[in-house]
Amino acid sequence: MKGKVVRGFMLAILTALPLGSAFAEIALSDLAGWLNPKRMKGVAPVTNERYEEECSACHFPYQPGLLPARSWNKLLNNTALADHFGENAELEPAVLADLLKYAVDNSADNSIYKRSRKIMASTPDNETPIRITEVRYIKRKHSEIPAALITGNPKVRSLSNCAACHTKAAEGVFDDDTVYIKGHGPWD
Amino acid sequence: MTKLKLLLTVILLVGVGPCIAADLIDSFRTAPGMTFDAERGAAFWRQEVKADDGNARSCQTCHGTDLTKNGKHARTGKPIEPMAHSANAERYTDLKKVNKWFTRNCKWTIGRECSDQEKGDVLAYLLSL
Repeated sequence: MKGKVVRGFMLAILTALPLGSAFAEIALSDLAGWLNPKRMKGVAPVTNERYEEECSACHFPYQPGLLPARSWNKLLNNTALADHFGENAELEPAVLADLLKYAVDNSADNSIYKRSRKIMASTPDNETPIRITEVRYIKRKHSEIPAALITGNPKVRSLSNCAACHTKAAEGVFDDDTVYIKGHGPWD
Repeated sequence: MTKLKLLLTVILLVGVGPCIAADLIDSFRTAPGMTFDAERGAAFWRQEVKADDGNARSCQTCHGTDLTKNGKHARTGKPIEPMAHSANAERYTDLKKVNKWFTRNCKWTIGRECSDQEKGDVLAYLLSL
C-alpha cells in the first residue's frame, strides 16, 4: 500500500513536470502540503489584532489566506482604499504598511491551509481577483445556491457576507456542516 | 511636601480625565480666534450631498437620525455604535481614530476632506448630545 502511494506521488510529479512549471509548482507544493503533518483544513484564522480591528470595521474580516498576495497588493494601498468597492477605507500609511505585510505574508500563495491551496489552484497566474467572491474556487462552491437564499435574503444580502451563513467563518472553517443560512436553516 | 504634591497630582488627573474629549476638540483649533458651534455642527452633519452614483449622502445615511442609538453601514448593514457622547463614552478619546474616520467619511459623504472648522463644529455637536 505504502509502495503504491509513493509510486503514485512519483508518477504525479513526473507527469506534472513536463506540463509546465506553474502546474508542477502547484503539484509539488500540494505534495508538500499532503505530506506535511501540519497541513491544516480550512483557512488560517486571523491572528493579527490590528488587521482584525481595522478590517472588521465594516465587514467580516476576510482572512488573508482567501486571496493571493498580488490581490492584497492591489487592494491595500491608499489609492485603492479611497475607493474600496464604493467606500473610503483609507488608513494611516504606517498602519497600512503593517496590514499589507501581514496580508501578503499570510496570503493564499504563502499558506499550506487546504482552502488556500484550492484557491491558488483555481486562480490562473494572469488573474488577480479583487473580490473574494470572484475567486473561481469560491464561485464554484456557491454555484448551486439559489439567489433567494443570498441576494434575495434580507438577512444575508450578499455572497460577501460570509459570516451570515458560515457559522465558523471567524475560525477559518467553511465546511458544509457548519453552514446555517439565516432565515432558512442548515444547508446540509 | 511630597504628600501634598501627590494629592495635587491626583486631583489634577481626576479633574483632567473627563476633559480628554474637550482636549481632543482643541486639536482642531488651528487658527487664532477659532470658535466651534454645536448648531453649525448639527447643520453640517445633516446636510445632504449628491454623490456620483446619483444618491444623496449625509452623515445620517449610516449613523441614523437618533445618535443615541446604533447606526447601520449603508452597504454592509454592520451595526455602528452610537455617536452621541452620552451614549458612548469611549468615543472622542482617541485623536488618531477620530482623524481616521473624518478623513474617510468626509471624503465619502461630501466628496472632500472636512476643514478643521467643520470638524470642530461637528465634534462640538456630537459632544453636546
